[in-house]
Amino acid sequence: MFCKNSVYAATALSLMAGGAFAETITIATVNNGDMIRMQGYTDKFTEETGHEVEWVTLEENVLRQRVTTDISTKGGSFDIMTIGMYETPIWGANGWLVPLDDLSEEYDVEDILPAMRDGLSHDGTLYAAPFYGESSMIMYRKDLMEKAGMEMPKDPTWEFIREAAAAMTDRENDINGICLRGKAGWGEGGALITAMSNSFGARWFDEDWNAQFDSEAWADTLNFYKGMMDESGPSGYASNGFNENLSLFQQGKCGMWIDATVAASFVTNPEDSTVADQVGFALAPDNGLGKRSNWLWAWALAIPAGTQKEDAAREFIEWATSKEYIQLVAENEGWANVPPGARKSLYENPDYQEVPFAQMTLDSILSADPQNSTVEPTPYVGVQFAAIPEFAGIATDVSQEFSAAYAGQQTVEEALEKAQDLTNDAMEAAGYR
Amino acid sequence: MARAVTQQRKIANTALAWGIGFLIFFPILWTILTSFKTEAQAIADPPIFLGFDWTLANYEAVLERSNYGRFLWNSIVIAGGSTILGILIAVPAAWSMAFVPGKRTKDILLWMLSTKMLPAVGVLYPIYLLCIQFGVLDSKIALVIILMLINLPIIVWMLYTYFREIPGEILEAARMDGASLREEVLYVLTPMAIPGIASTLLLNFILAWNEAFWTLNLTAAKAAPLTAFIASYSSPEGLFYAKLSAASTMAIAPILILGWFSQKQLVSGLTFGAVK
Repeated sequence: MFCKNSVYAATALSLMAGGAFAETITIATVNNGDMIRMQGYTDKFTEETGHEVEWVTLEENVLRQRVTTDISTKGGSFDIMTIGMYETPIWGANGWLVPLDDLSEEYDVEDILPAMRDGLSHDGTLYAAPFYGESSMIMYRKDLMEKAGMEMPKDPTWEFIREAAAAMTDRENDINGICLRGKAGWGEGGALITAMSNSFGARWFDEDWNAQFDSEAWADTLNFYKGMMDESGPSGYASNGFNENLSLFQQGKCGMWIDATVAASFVTNPEDSTVADQVGFALAPDNGLGKRSNWLWAWALAIPAGTQKEDAAREFIEWATSKEYIQLVAENEGWANVPPGARKSLYENPDYQEVPFAQMTLDSILSADPQNSTVEPTPYVGVQFAAIPEFAGIATDVSQEFSAAYAGQQTVEEALEKAQDLTNDAMEAAGYR
Repeated sequence: MARAVTQQRKIANTALAWGIGFLIFFPILWTILTSFKTEAQAIADPPIFLGFDWTLANYEAVLERSNYGRFLWNSIVIAGGSTILGILIAVPAAWSMAFVPGKRTKDILLWMLSTKMLPAVGVLYPIYLLCIQFGVLDSKIALVIILMLINLPIIVWMLYTYFREIPGEILEAARMDGASLREEVLYVLTPMAIPGIASTLLLNFILAWNEAFWTLNLTAAKAAPLTAFIASYSSPEGLFYAKLSAASTMAIAPILILGWFSQKQLVSGLTFGAVK
């Protein structure tokens, strides 16, 4: 009898102990295909570790505001936050994130693409693990290119793109040679024009944090963009963002579209895209100055400092950004649907190499260097942004001026002049100058 | 002849009213229609109005991904709780302002309204820090109190306007018959102001239901209402319009049904006193 009771007691105690280690973690994340897919596999994580997961999914901009409020006030609402390459180094420097410097050996941190690791680190310490990474590249219609009697090189110049866009434009049949973002917002049109300006030799700031919109390189960038879009872009391009262009491309109304590499899986999906079998890929254009116009971004998982569930959060991050997770998704949904752009081993996998956009995505990611993104030296890190807290606000205002110029409400010169003044004013107020 | 003109005018007015009504309702109708399309049909250009294959796939996807019941329950508690609490505080306040006004009553009313003029984001951090301090972040109680405070000026103003239409003599008569203050408010004033109170209740319930700044910023997983449910289907990188429409339709359905059944009270309450 005593023996039986002892066994019961031991079982109960071990269950209680097990229960004590099982946590419920809250994760804030964005609403995009890969993140939603991850939510679907949460049960597997719970099975393996016993930890429950609660998701808070929000639209990107709402999420950014929400997590910034929480982390800056030490609110503790979340145990894991999905953040990007812009926030990670800034928040890491502020001491707001738990350093991810003791990840397990099996996790193989060396396997993370160096560009991603650098972009998600501060002073050499990794603060967020990339769930997926992206760059930007050209997606084009092979049939229209052929019809125009041209051939897309692997690494075209902007001059070629402008020429090809004009040749592919067929206004009668509602085909626009090129679709590009023009919508105001630092993450929308602002990201494209900043990445594009890098290839024209422009930069946001000189080494003393003086705005550089009065440079010839910026005038060239904006005049080229506006000239090409007026000639060959869709009507109302000044208010088009990623979704508007995706919609146009999928309906066969764009000859070329330069945008995020993740769009490749959308435009080649026959369920949604009417041109799925006609899409080719090429590197984002350059101007022969040694810098291409592609950006670099990652959605990554980070642990806010002060969370009570750091161990469980770390376990989740290791699971969700592991090689095994990629394998799990590939087995269930095919290689085209695995989160791309984070791990070297994925691109060495022969199965993944067969995915039509895999190599071009990798080449695009590898050709972006956040530490050295411009022709002339700068004091900031980042390709399509400058990783300083003030940038988001300033760049949103600047991109509004640019969008107004695209829409014809002011000239390019006026837009650049206003951008120059407002940037210098903001930088002065923030104490940089 | 005169009758013919009146008839014509009647028809014209009716047509105009229906036209304006349809125009106002069209975005909601379009959202509902889009929720039954595929993602490709949702973005088709030219847009497809009715000639598409109706599908429930978006609703299935939304129900599979999100715990709709929890969001709905949170919305009901937050909107209902804040409205009832607001009415409980506003009835005595409006009574005193309407029937025993002081020298500063008008100023107080204006001051109350002026609190609505401050952009909410201006007090986000203080309120957020207070919620942390009291341990009520991501809780329904915090939102009930905050939404009540936000809507209180409107509730007081509406009730004050209704109460002013009630002749003070009736209350005086009740007092002469020996009614206490509590009895006067509860058994004489309140029954007379039922249409006004009902429409105030409904309007504030709708306002609290649709409130999307505080409900998004002060909640995470536990207390998130339907506004957060909608926000989880919006995305700048990916076409989820059909699913977003399905989520929006599910979020507005309860309030739309409530509004439909109580439209008489709502209209009579809103026009209360207008033809005196």
